[in-house]
Amino acid sequence: MLDYPTLKVIWWLLIGVLLVGFAIMDGHDMGVGTLLPFVAKTDPERRVVINTVGPHWEGNQVWFITAGGALFAAWPLVYATAFSGFYWAMLAVLWALFFRPVGFDYRSKIHDPAWRRAWDWALFVGGAVPPLIFGVAFGNLLQGVPFGLDNRLVSTYTGTFWQLLNPFGLLAGLVSSAMITMHGATYLVHRTEGAIQQRAMRWALGAAAVTALAFVAAGIWLRAGGIQGFMLASAVDPAAAPDPLAKVVVRDANAWWANYARQPLLWLLPSLGVAGALLGALLVMARRTLAAFVASSLSIVGVIGTAGATMFPFVMPSSSMPNASLTVWDSVSSHLTLGLMFWATLILMPLIILYTGWAYRVMRGKVTADYVRKNEHGAY
Amino acid sequence: MVSESLVNLSRLQFAATAMYHFLFVPLTLGMAWLLLVMESVYVMTGQVVWKDMTRFWGKLFGINFALGVTTGITLEFQFGTNWAYYSHYVGDIFGTPLALEGLMAFFLESTFIGLFFFGWDRLSKVQHLMVTALMALGTNLSALWILVANGWMQNPVGAQFNWQTMRMELVDFWAVLFNPDAQAKFVHTVSAGYVTGAAFVLAISSWYLLRGRDVEFAKRSFRVAAAFGLASALSVIVLGDESGYTVGEAQQTKMAALEAMWDTEPAPAGLKIVAWIDEAQSRNDWEIEIPWLLGLIGTRSVSRELPGIHQIKARNRERIERGAQAVIALEALRSNHDDESARRTFERAKADLGFGLLLKKYVADVRQATPAVIERAMNDTVPRVAPMFWGFRVMVGLAFLMLALFALAFVSTLRSPGTARPWLLKSALWMLPAPWLAAELGWFVAEYGRQPWTIYGVLPTSQSVSTLSVSSLYGSLAGFLGFYSLLLAVEIYLMVKYARLGPGSLGTGRYLNEPAATAGPAHA
Repeated sequence: MLDYPTLKVIWWLLIGVLLVGFAIMDGHDMGVGTLLPFVAKTDPERRVVINTVGPHWEGNQVWFITAGGALFAAWPLVYATAFSGFYWAMLAVLWALFFRPVGFDYRSKIHDPAWRRAWDWALFVGGAVPPLIFGVAFGNLLQGVPFGLDNRLVSTYTGTFWQLLNPFGLLAGLVSSAMITMHGATYLVHRTEGAIQQRAMRWALGAAAVTALAFVAAGIWLRAGGIQGFMLASAVDPAAAPDPLAKVVVRDANAWWANYARQPLLWLLPSLGVAGALLGALLVMARRTLAAFVASSLSIVGVIGTAGATMFPFVMPSSSMPNASLTVWDSVSSHLTLGLMFWATLILMPLIILYTGWAYRVMRGKVTADYVRKNEHGAY
Repeated sequence: MVSESLVNLSRLQFAATAMYHFLFVPLTLGMAWLLLVMESVYVMTGQVVWKDMTRFWGKLFGINFALGVTTGITLEFQFGTNWAYYSHYVGDIFGTPLALEGLMAFFLESTFIGLFFFGWDRLSKVQHLMVTALMALGTNLSALWILVANGWMQNPVGAQFNWQTMRMELVDFWAVLFNPDAQAKFVHTVSAGYVTGAAFVLAISSWYLLRGRDVEFAKRSFRVAAAFGLASALSVIVLGDESGYTVGEAQQTKMAALEAMWDTEPAPAGLKIVAWIDEAQSRNDWEIEIPWLLGLIGTRSVSRELPGIHQIKARNRERIERGAQAVIALEALRSNHDDESARRTFERAKADLGFGLLLKKYVADVRQATPAVIERAMNDTVPRVAPMFWGFRVMVGLAFLMLALFALAFVSTLRSPGTARPWLLKSALWMLPAPWLAAELGWFVAEYGRQPWTIYGVLPTSQSVSTLSVSSLYGSLAGFLGFYSLLLAVEIYLMVKYARLGPGSLGTGRYLNEPAATAGPAHA
């Protein structure tokens, strides 16, 4: 059996894998939802766009649900503190997500233009709101979140919802929105043709540029804008039973750069974030659509990886009670649970990737107006 | 101390959103197998009507499934948003089945449901059948993991409290998985889902038969639903009995409450059919009972006693008093990890820690607990009797009614296929709400019956909530109410519309209401 410190690090990586999986898989259909009103003008066009993700969005959404479940199982204190602290932000995500299953499934079941237009905007909300809020949340994690823990480990959030919408938080939200839009647009370029593909290409290029620029701007802001990072100021025993109150944490302007100084290879992550987006744009122009989708996915790996690597070992730093910050060492489940969940994930994840891949293979090819017409009663 | 209105509003929100979610789940559980049965017949016989059945009932299944997914995410969010201390306190055990549900079940179900709808022309017959089978398997596995999680709330096995991390921790995963409560709940709950699926198909088919439309399609659907429903209704009743048989303190408390058994009766106890309950005086003014039956069902013996409410409360008073010592020692230990005498006291009393926490509903410092407070905490340990007693009886009554319906329907299909008498068809139609009502009552009895605990004997409901403002709760409750009312209205509208359109909505040219022949065509 793996030792406890190793498992703690593995679970940090696995949560990252699940978040990246969510952003790549559910991200592209959220991007498609975001772009729906803009890349498709007529009803047949919109049905084409919707049907590019029609057979897959349900499976993709499970990445999100599984990431939530894994967070609960592996980092219960993070799950508890983040979900209750970001109460209204989480409800906004949840309520936006409500629109997706019903939007996809109910939209084309009634032949009424007003009904369909209403669901098109519902799909837009369901696609656009969650990435924006997740980005804002990450922007706030980097700045620290105002919460405290008492002696019984009851967490109390002392900020407000509006406080989350600070300038740096919003910039991070822009990074996330642009990235998901880029990803959805790239997917559409791959799966459509003609006018829709043309419009999606323009969106892919624009969104890739915004992703790269906003991401670099956020990095510069983090470096030069006076955002203080968090640093452990006492020895932490990674093998000990998790106790988030047993450490001393200080804030320091260089703290978020310490990992990069210690391990220069980490610079590959932010580089990948930028290079993936730019390469994706080039490949879109060259009509290498599948490769462009892979590049866009790599950009997502880079961007999310950067956020994680910058904060490691912090997961949810507290601005009002830094010593209560949640880290990969002290906010995790027991050794037994982490081990069990690790083996379960190791066995099940490849299976999931295998049958998801098969489902995409079965449904491969361009989605066209002709396809939708032929499948009038089966497609969305 | 946590505000009582915060706790009550959090409970209300969870209860409302969970019960709403369960309007959609049972139909998904049952319909998935019915679709598999229909498609199997299609693959074996090649008769296209069976494919049409799979596709048409699949369409209604899809309309229902969309809301099942929508409302399911709420529940996964809500442990974190509204029950943060619960999530911290038991996440080490409770989070695992939820994560496994995602990894093992929900991925399977959701990936293959896409191919179920979109893959008809892209897959061979056998491949598509396999897709349907995996979808049905995923659906049911999903229920398994959720009920493993819920079963642990009723009977928290395989875990122990760790004072250093201030939470419950897993010690034996197999005990959690093979928790008898969880297993009994799983089979009972999925059977209830199968009954719901069968009742749904039976009712709508009956409606077609009453109107004499799409008869060949409806006759076959009716026959499948009658057979599947009969088997499921038998299983739900027999395996419901199994839920009662499972021993454990939570179940004993529930059984005493739902049987309005105020005092331990000499074994074997009688089963009450009706009773006039006087909650204030803790007694029944009168009752009609069948001697012996409850003892036989509940203990599977003629000699073991089932404890009455007064005896359970008396036992719990002692546990609360010992638990108070555990709470005091734990608090000392938390402020000074090296306090040896506190540690010894804690180790001695920790089995009753949860009972000590019950006092926290009334006093922040349990040292302040007066005998009157202990009395109140003790009275809290058994839920109110009348809602349990009647909730359970209505559920059981509905189950037997449905059993009778399915039995009659099944006999009618044996005697003269497709020519069931109009009164039977009408009963099938009128019985449509019964399985939903029974399922909701079942959850009510299970969850209300566990109060005042979220985890029986471990964590009181009053200690489980997030530190939120009451106004946040009013706001979110209003939001859920608004969204859910709107979604339900849309769902029912579509469901009724497509049920009325019937298999003609497939556009195959073989049925009534073909889109080509009507003015306002319906699509997809």
